[in-house]
Amino acid sequence: MSANHSPRTTSQRAAWITTVVASTLIFIFLMAPILAIMPLSFSSGAYLTYPLPGFSLRWYQDFLNSPRWMLSLKNSMIIGVASTILSMVLGTMASLGLAQWKSKFKPLVLAIVLSPVVVPGVITAVGLYFFFAPIGLTGSYAGLILAHTALATPFVVITVSATLQSFDMNLARAAASLGASPLVAFRRVILPLILPGLASGALFAFATSFDEVVVVLFMAGPEQRTLPREMFSGIRENISPTITAAAVILTTVSVILLATMEGLRRRNERLKGNLPG
Amino acid sequence: MTAAFVAGADAPTEVPLKRRLKRAERARQFKALALVLPLLLFLLFTFLGPIAGMLWHSVDDWEVPKTLPHTVAALSDWNGKDLPDEKAFAALAGDLQAARAAGTVAIPSKRLNYVVNGFRSTLASTARNLKTVPEPGTAKDTLIAINPAWGDRATWAAIKGASGPLTSFYLLGALDLTRNLDGAIVAAPAEQAIYRDVFARTFTIGFGVTVLCLILGFPVAYLLANLPAGRSNLLMIFVLLPFWTSLLVRTCAWIVLLQSEGVVNDGLRWLGVIDEPLRLIYNRFGVYVAMTHVLLPFMILPLYSTMKAISPAYMRAAASLGASPVTAFRRIYLPQTLPGVGAGSLLVFILAIGYYITPALVGGAADQMISYFIAFYTTETVNWGLASALGAVLLLATLLLAVVYGKLVHGQQVTGGMKN
Repeated sequence: MSANHSPRTTSQRAAWITTVVASTLIFIFLMAPILAIMPLSFSSGAYLTYPLPGFSLRWYQDFLNSPRWMLSLKNSMIIGVASTILSMVLGTMASLGLAQWKSKFKPLVLAIVLSPVVVPGVITAVGLYFFFAPIGLTGSYAGLILAHTALATPFVVITVSATLQSFDMNLARAAASLGASPLVAFRRVILPLILPGLASGALFAFATSFDEVVVVLFMAGPEQRTLPREMFSGIRENISPTITAAAVILTTVSVILLATMEGLRRRNERLKGNLPG
Repeated sequence: MTAAFVAGADAPTEVPLKRRLKRAERARQFKALALVLPLLLFLLFTFLGPIAGMLWHSVDDWEVPKTLPHTVAALSDWNGKDLPDEKAFAALAGDLQAARAAGTVAIPSKRLNYVVNGFRSTLASTARNLKTVPEPGTAKDTLIAINPAWGDRATWAAIKGASGPLTSFYLLGALDLTRNLDGAIVAAPAEQAIYRDVFARTFTIGFGVTVLCLILGFPVAYLLANLPAGRSNLLMIFVLLPFWTSLLVRTCAWIVLLQSEGVVNDGLRWLGVIDEPLRLIYNRFGVYVAMTHVLLPFMILPLYSTMKAISPAYMRAAASLGASPVTAFRRIYLPQTLPGVGAGSLLVFILAIGYYITPALVGGAADQMISYFIAFYTTETVNWGLASALGAVLLLATLLLAVVYGKLVHGQQVTGGMKN
């Protein structure tokens, strides 16, 4: 691949250098917001400007001592974990089924299963608001968990289906021929091999719920406000440095999720490399 | 099961085996379907049902038939040319008294006020002043005496138009159309005709963001696709980290960066480029910057995977045949990136036209996209019919584009093997 960019003529070298310079600027554009907000959260001053008057952890203290922020963190965790579990169960079962199902309706079913990703958030939120309000599911954890599960499951199906595609179904047949019941075959043969795929699916599901704000905006009562929802009103009213602390905490969660995902991907590639064939 | 087994034992061995295989396959398919079914049922309840419900709200016309049922019945054979007859006036008087007793006058008032401004006060004053049931034969004169609006054909046409059970009123309204007194579809009055502008703005912003993402995404994808794997994996972090960072965090960060006392303005002032802070946020510029930032990874990733699959041999072949680097790039490389360009652009456009949070936080009043109005009519003015109708139009646009996207990506998978 490295031969690919060995420029032979001056004009090619110039084009390559332009690409590198332009890309560097775009990388700066991509990273600027995250890098700009981090130092501000450690400022000892109350204004969001540089240079910082001094270093302090007072905004983190503020965050940790605020019942509102702590409630929102707790809510985000509860709703995130619950919808991850639910979407993993539904999504994994559906992926296993879709891998074996042969029918002319399969593209339609797949389109339905994946549609929550494409439909604009406001439409989903308004529909759920109309639908859940009369049956008492707005302003409840249950309603939000159900809604976030619907939004997160497509990502589980995509990730797990991709893993299943590289899974050799002969292994399951071998297990069956050796007398394993379908459940035992799944638990002892299939599950260990697709586990990294499942883990990435779970991370995707959690990240989807943890980030979601439009549905929460419509459906959550004051008791179910999540972290992004609290940030939304914070940004609307007046950006205090406490929000920057919340932003850094959220970003840290994202970094952990991304690093775990990357680790899983590498592990998976290594495993594939070691397997014969 | 037993009968089949017995029958199988008697028949020649080939047939039952085939049949047994078939049956086993059918059982397998049944099991596969059983695994998919829970998710489908779940989505029916949490996604498809709610969206169908929203679509229903955009055509549902329940207010007037429910609260003024006799009036609706009396108007069913009205020709619409002259004032309705005494029967309709008497029915309305009766309905209004019943509605007043039940405290439901506000329900038809709200619905009819969408059609004729001021209908709310007409109904309220009539219901208030109608102390007793008018003597038979005097309903018409009584009502017109209370409020002269009842002597106007348009008042009655509004009630007839809202008689349900279904209405095209909201869907037409979402497209700046309305019906005139004779039921023909005409342009809505100028002060109500704002949605075509909003849709045009939504598509303009979506298109602008898509073009910006393409311009910024192309060189990055090219670089990542042509660097050695180790280095490109490292640089990929700069794309994936923003991708995984919360939308709220990124939007908040752009406000911090772009506000008048923000980092960018301070920097420019320090450099002496400007004296007065520039207005960079709460306007269209802020919307473009923040949305391009959020959606750029969705452009880079499909472009990258397309470019990664383009063999360098093509460019070498072009060069060996005498093509200049520019010609080779334009005529050989660029056409091969088109599937990625198409997929990335469609994806960014589809996501962009549905945006709500980012424009709501970094845009001004004139930068709000269609989603903002859907949310506004749902929670602020509680005009669910119009909110649903606007939602239906946005949904239709999104689904059409998604089908094109599906065809495009599917086509790529089919021809993917031919590239290498």
